[in-house]
Amino acid sequence: MSLAPLSLHKPNYLSVSNTLRSWLLTTDHKRIAILFLISITFFFFIGGFAAVLMRLELMTPHADVVDKEAYNRLFTIHGVVLIFFFLVPSIPGVLGNFLIPIMIGARDMAFPRLNLASWYLYLIGGIIVLTSILIGGADTGWTFYTPYSSVYSNSAVFTMAVGVFVAGFSSILTGLNFIVTTHTMRAPGMTWFRLPLFIWSHYATALIMILGTPVLAIAVLMVAVERMGVGIFDPALGGDPILFQHLFWFYSHPAVYIMVLPAFGVISELVTCFSRKRIFGYTFVAAASLAIAVLGFLVWGHHMFVSGQSAYASMVFSIISFTIAVPSGIKVLNWTATIYKGRVWLTTPMLYAFGFIGLFTIGGVTGLFLAAMAIDVHVHDTYFVIAHFHYIMVGGTVMAYLGGIHFWWPKMTGRMYPEGWAVFSAILIFVGFNLTFFPQFLVGYLGMPRRYHIYPEEYQALNILSTAGASILGIGYLFPFTYLLWSLRRGPRAESNPWDAAGLEWQTTSPPPTFNFEKTPIVTQEAYAYELVSQEDDLPGRPNPTEGEIPVLDAPPQEDQP
Amino acid sequence: MSSESSVLAHHFDDLEQQHEAATLGMWAFLVTELLFFGGLFTGYTVYRWRTPLAFEEASRHLDLWLGTINTGVLLVSSLTMALAVHAAQLSRHRAATMYLLLTVLLGAGFLIIKMVEYGHKFTQGIYPGSIENIHVPPELAAQGVQPNNVALFYSFYFTTTGLHALHMLIGMGLLLSLAVRTARGRLMGEAATRVEITGLYWHFVDIVWIFVFPLYYLIGLT
Repeated sequence: MSLAPLSLHKPNYLSVSNTLRSWLLTTDHKRIAILFLISITFFFFIGGFAAVLMRLELMTPHADVVDKEAYNRLFTIHGVVLIFFFLVPSIPGVLGNFLIPIMIGARDMAFPRLNLASWYLYLIGGIIVLTSILIGGADTGWTFYTPYSSVYSNSAVFTMAVGVFVAGFSSILTGLNFIVTTHTMRAPGMTWFRLPLFIWSHYATALIMILGTPVLAIAVLMVAVERMGVGIFDPALGGDPILFQHLFWFYSHPAVYIMVLPAFGVISELVTCFSRKRIFGYTFVAAASLAIAVLGFLVWGHHMFVSGQSAYASMVFSIISFTIAVPSGIKVLNWTATIYKGRVWLTTPMLYAFGFIGLFTIGGVTGLFLAAMAIDVHVHDTYFVIAHFHYIMVGGTVMAYLGGIHFWWPKMTGRMYPEGWAVFSAILIFVGFNLTFFPQFLVGYLGMPRRYHIYPEEYQALNILSTAGASILGIGYLFPFTYLLWSLRRGPRAESNPWDAAGLEWQTTSPPPTFNFEKTPIVTQEAYAYELVSQEDDLPGRPNPTEGEIPVLDAPPQEDQP
Repeated sequence: MSSESSVLAHHFDDLEQQHEAATLGMWAFLVTELLFFGGLFTGYTVYRWRTPLAFEEASRHLDLWLGTINTGVLLVSSLTMALAVHAAQLSRHRAATMYLLLTVLLGAGFLIIKMVEYGHKFTQGIYPGSIENIHVPPELAAQGVQPNNVALFYSFYFTTTGLHALHMLIGMGLLLSLAVRTARGRLMGEAATRVEITGLYWHFVDIVWIFVFPLYYLIGLT
């Protein structure tokens, strides 16, 4: 039975209503994804603007753009905004919200109203953080280390901490919804081992969200309480500032996996679709996500090798940090093996996927340097650390996010993006990224510490390279922003399945109707049946309307739908 | 089917699926709460391990009688909550409403007793962040107990019991809104599920207190 595109006059989730009220009170997971997309883009440019100012300041060894007080506030804004308001909610909030119900054949998330509440909490947290910036900003860095943050800092730490606290609950509600949705909302035939790897990695992410985020919440709450004069970490009371670091990193190391596991999910989908091959070692890739989620909770002490924690604790944290490279390595190996002898179709999303695999590997391997205690003592708090985690966060997560946005753009908006411009900016972003951050490995290894606005003259050449790269990267990010907006009106209309992909989300129309499928699908195969899809497709690069393999079930009785 | 369709949300296929989702969602949320309070208990453990004598000294200044009575009040409220869940599942509207209101009353009783306790502390000059009114007996001071360490105990006492009280307030609000629904006779399967998962939350808040009580009130007993 063929699933021809529904006739165009049937309303999709975008055209069904267009009042402001219908957007702000929506419980449709796809509309909430769009709300996240808009607000996340806003915060991305705020955090990015702070980075531009920092890189301008670092072009010379002297303080000539901002002074040290302003610089401290800039790197705090950069970290807080981009971690809590961009990276953590980026892929889960936008692509996860949009795709999870569709990929498992459901009509919505298990808790649609909670999903909307999650966006509002995100927004309220964001407004509180913006307020904190306007009343002077905090100067503690995103890590809020005590006792500086809780006792000594003369900046808006309290407001900033409350903003992060509120945004944390947005993350918890999103995670809770993902877990319950995956457990209870799967369509008939969608067994656990037919789930797309995108779902597996979001499930693992959600576990970290609900287990880790509350600990961050209580840690920043304790900082806020101490700022009101109630001693908790203050050494003058016999309190222990290191306790805060333990609580903070108990969340904030797993948070690295909150940021990168969804990216793994995106890459698994991109690599299979554009290699026209089933994923290599499905079970291993799925299990690796869970292994990373579990091991991620046991390594936080590797941020604290120089904090004075017991040397034996450091050894254990170091060893476990090494073992987490195994599941990460499995993923990289399996993506590579999927591409190997595949029929690679070099579209924009695939370019981003290639970028991700290479940059994530560099970021991961340098992470192993840092997990080795002796090397960590040498490069601790230098630009080596900065370069390492930007290779994971920007080279990894942002690349995957952009790849995913391009890949699912036709599904989300019903329009195609302009391929030529997209390829051009993907390359620009890759070049700009490497030029920004590779010199930072070198300058960090030479000993330049992070979080200073001035530095010795001999580091200037590498810093100029880095600033030049940041300008290219910044301009690179403006291109997708511009042409994607342009494509909303001028882009060619997208077919249901422009990539000839096998996932369930491509079986419905672009954009999908409010309840995602006209009829609840019955799933008979996993999402990577590319041998079937591409049997008659000789030329990669030439979309071929797919004969749907998926039979359908009768729609639920009409009176069930409001 | 027509009675079902009025309480079944559009995105679920049947009531069983809806019930399963709601229950799993509440359990997952309670796991989150466990880790939230876990941060405070971790801090307590670290500091008590460092200065056990100071914590025991501070504990002796809490009102053991009021704490014990409050523990009893909360345990009875857990019983009435369980009875409310039972009545809701049997669609006995009046009984369910009565037990829900009784649970709210017991919760209010707990909070009133707690306020009396806080009041006593404040009149003694012990409030969050205060040190000046903490006096360590000379024999403990000789063993190295400092007023500062005693003050840390009170920081954790006020933060933990304050957050616990906030959770009670939220729970009481939820129970009241449920009582209004059941009083109006809207006790279909979905409302029973709500009573059930709110009950889970209420029991969790009680269990937190079951840990708070010995760790804060009883450690000074010898």
